[in-house]
Amino acid sequence: MKKKFTIPTPASYVLNAAILFVIWLAISMMISSGVITNYWRGILITIGINIVLATSLNLACGYLGQLPLGHAGFMAVGAYAGAIFMKATPAAALIRSGNTLAVLPLFVVAVIISALVAGIFGILIGIPALRLKGDYLAIITLGFGEIIRVVLTNIDSVLGFKFTYGAAGLARIPKFTSFNICYFMVILCIFIIHTFMKSRHGRAVLSIRENEIAAESVGINTTFYKTSAFVLSAMLAGVAGCLYAGYIGSLYPSTFKFMKSIEILVMVVLGGMGSMFGSVLAAIVLTALPELLRAFSDYRMVVYSLALVLMMIFRPEGLMGDYDFSLKRIIQKIVNGIINRRKGNE
Amino acid sequence: MSKTVLKCEHLRVVFGGLAPVSDFSIEVKENEIAGLIGPNGAGKTTVFNLLTGVYVPTKGKVILEGKDLEGYSTIQRSHAGIARTFQNIRLFKNVSVLDNVLIGYNHSMSYSMLSSVLRLPKYWREEKAAKAKALELLSVFDMQGMAKIKAGNLPYGAQRRLEIVRALATNPKLLLLDEPAAGMNPAETTALMETIRKIRDEFNIAILLIEHDMSLVMGICENITVLNFGEVIARGTPSEIQNNPTVIEAYLGSKREE
Amino acid sequence: MDFYTLIAQIINGLQTGSVYALVALGYSMVYGIIMLLNFAHGDIIMVGAYVVYYSIASFALPPLLAVILAVIMCTILGVAIEKVAYTPLRSAPRLSLLITAIGISFLLENGAQLLFGADQKSMSPMVKGGFSMGSVGISYAAVVTIVVSVIAMTALTILVNKTKMGKAMRAVSEDMGAAQLMGISLNRTISFTFAIGSALAGIGSALYLCAYPQSSPTMGSMLGIKAFVAAVLGGIGSIPGAMIGGFAIGILEALVAAAHLSMWKDAVVFFVLIIVLLFKPTGILGKKIQEKV
Repeated sequence: MKKKFTIPTPASYVLNAAILFVIWLAISMMISSGVITNYWRGILITIGINIVLATSLNLACGYLGQLPLGHAGFMAVGAYAGAIFMKATPAAALIRSGNTLAVLPLFVVAVIISALVAGIFGILIGIPALRLKGDYLAIITLGFGEIIRVVLTNIDSVLGFKFTYGAAGLARIPKFTSFNICYFMVILCIFIIHTFMKSRHGRAVLSIRENEIAAESVGINTTFYKTSAFVLSAMLAGVAGCLYAGYIGSLYPSTFKFMKSIEILVMVVLGGMGSMFGSVLAAIVLTALPELLRAFSDYRMVVYSLALVLMMIFRPEGLMGDYDFSLKRIIQKIVNGIINRRKGNE
Repeated sequence: MSKTVLKCEHLRVVFGGLAPVSDFSIEVKENEIAGLIGPNGAGKTTVFNLLTGVYVPTKGKVILEGKDLEGYSTIQRSHAGIARTFQNIRLFKNVSVLDNVLIGYNHSMSYSMLSSVLRLPKYWREEKAAKAKALELLSVFDMQGMAKIKAGNLPYGAQRRLEIVRALATNPKLLLLDEPAAGMNPAETTALMETIRKIRDEFNIAILLIEHDMSLVMGICENITVLNFGEVIARGTPSEIQNNPTVIEAYLGSKREE
Repeated sequence: MDFYTLIAQIINGLQTGSVYALVALGYSMVYGIIMLLNFAHGDIIMVGAYVVYYSIASFALPPLLAVILAVIMCTILGVAIEKVAYTPLRSAPRLSLLITAIGISFLLENGAQLLFGADQKSMSPMVKGGFSMGSVGISYAAVVTIVVSVIAMTALTILVNKTKMGKAMRAVSEDMGAAQLMGISLNRTISFTFAIGSALAGIGSALYLCAYPQSSPTMGSMLGIKAFVAAVLGGIGSIPGAMIGGFAIGILEALVAAAHLSMWKDAVVFFVLIIVLLFKPTGILGKKIQEKV
């Protein structure tokens, strides 16, 4: 019997945490020393927001196997909810006085509010939409996204309170999304999706994608799990919206058009539906690349759409397929390789 | 006298004027292997769909261990103890063999979404126990070595076996097998017969199977029900069925018409 | 709102409704035959509109010739898309096909933006003037639109119900495998369906320009989505359903506009769709399809 080297699960958690800490430390040092300019720090935050958007859409699209086209709608709801809350708090004054630590509890509340509001909309739209399949779900979620946008454009006050300011936009939002906050939230979101998927609940979600009839035959409550995954996906999109509001400082309904939903979908599809690692990678590349290739910005959307079509025809499983990155597995492979080679030499 | 697991009384279903099953009654006892046979289009799979709640009967009752299942959905019937396999294999293809079985165990696990996200002790405990149980169940069918393979990459025979394992993971009282030997060669069919007997002996459940392979049906079924044009035309032991003139006519008579 | 404005608005609604109905037919036919929500269909209309615009504005062709040219171009484009992008994916999962369609749609929109610029191109109306009936003013454009679309729909109904190709189309949509065994050429039938759908979209683009004489790269997306909503509302796969759905959406929009709520138009349309799907998921005339177990 060959004995294999395996890393115990708790150790792999510590290992991953350590790696993430080292990455954070490296980027923080580069920011404070000015290697990463303010401009690029902004791009890093945008990448973070897009990672949250892509991984959360991947949950509904790659893992659950549905095609929601209203992800930008959930993002919008979360963004407005978080922004309106933060505007009502003394966060702006605190940030101006440099007291960022005091903003933290306010931010936590804002994120929770964003997630909850987006989640409630997720339930409202998910329960009717998930009774329908495939294309119908796509068109209903698309319709929902448009309804949200039209409502945000045309309503500026509710019961006499100035709220969303309609098409003019919601401005002067406290800019609470720092790089640290964004980095932490990205890790948190990925952690939540990962732990959810690697559990009995996640397996139930996968079974629905694989074969709904068989899933029901082994007693999986398909409606419950569809709604759960859909709502979790919506909540995380709401969190991304909250981060976006705190980064950009002013919100316009036109930001959350159908186009935005498609941009997120492109990331998920190119990365590989059902691969979290693929979504993260695609979010990074598709956010950073246009910045590097500014000169070609006119062609960006053409290239995106062409990539989408070519990908579907020639490599429908996406760049990563359903491969998921695991540090634990890689280290085990390397160590076992070394052990085997030594044995061979002996 | 062992207890009755499944009892059907005058099941009937009508789709737009046609009745694929017009009158179906059966009783299956614990530790019994019962067979359901009949020519193509006799309504056998429709019976399974009625038992599992895929279709709602127009008339009649399905009683599982004394409980009337009227109004139960497919999901509720699975929880109540009815498990099935499918004529055209329906595995979770892009998921590992082990996970296929674990999905079957889902209902017997109870940790919440919160404990899975926070990785609470209950999560670790239940996952560990379920994994051990699943591997044990796979080893009964000599499949423990395949646990990590994607179900879709298994050879055909193993896929059929995995479907049975997944059904057993739901801890059923009644197992419905829809043409388990379809597409198998004689050697595989013989092995399958052993497997089915083993299931009955080790799991103490009632088995109802649909099959066209008469060597299998006559070899392992204790009781056989024959269906033709949606109606039960005969029932009895294998030897009784083999000599029943109505059954012979149903099979051969339909051939003569062709 | 007085009675005459109501009548006038309903006529307006019938006019936009007939455009929706023509476009919805394209969606419905393609959906019926290969179960694909052809997102690119709306953008074919956009291409048709640019063809009309450029042939009149740059080449000074007579409007009728411009329209015929647009119909031809749309037909070629529709079939080309089907051959290049959808045929290779015929056995792929439905999700892949849908994503491809979205990709094609965005490719057309952004390609048009690169070629023609992002701004709107306005032209002088092709059909001018009108007449009045009592105190209700009716434009000739409305009359032409409604008449042309009714003729097109009648022709389509005859085509599908009476001709050999129509029979083939119905057979393929019923059961692709069985139709093939009966000797029906799948490729030809599907291409023909795309051709007919796209030709209708071409006519639709011309009629759209009668109502709103301007074209822009994104004009097709909302028009297309609403036409799809119309098809779903009427029952996807059903030809009379698409017509009913189209007119219903058109009149609904006109009534919303008449109530001075036109900025809420899109939201109302989608809201109605969601409500209808909740209570009758197959639409007004659709039939239920159940997966065989």
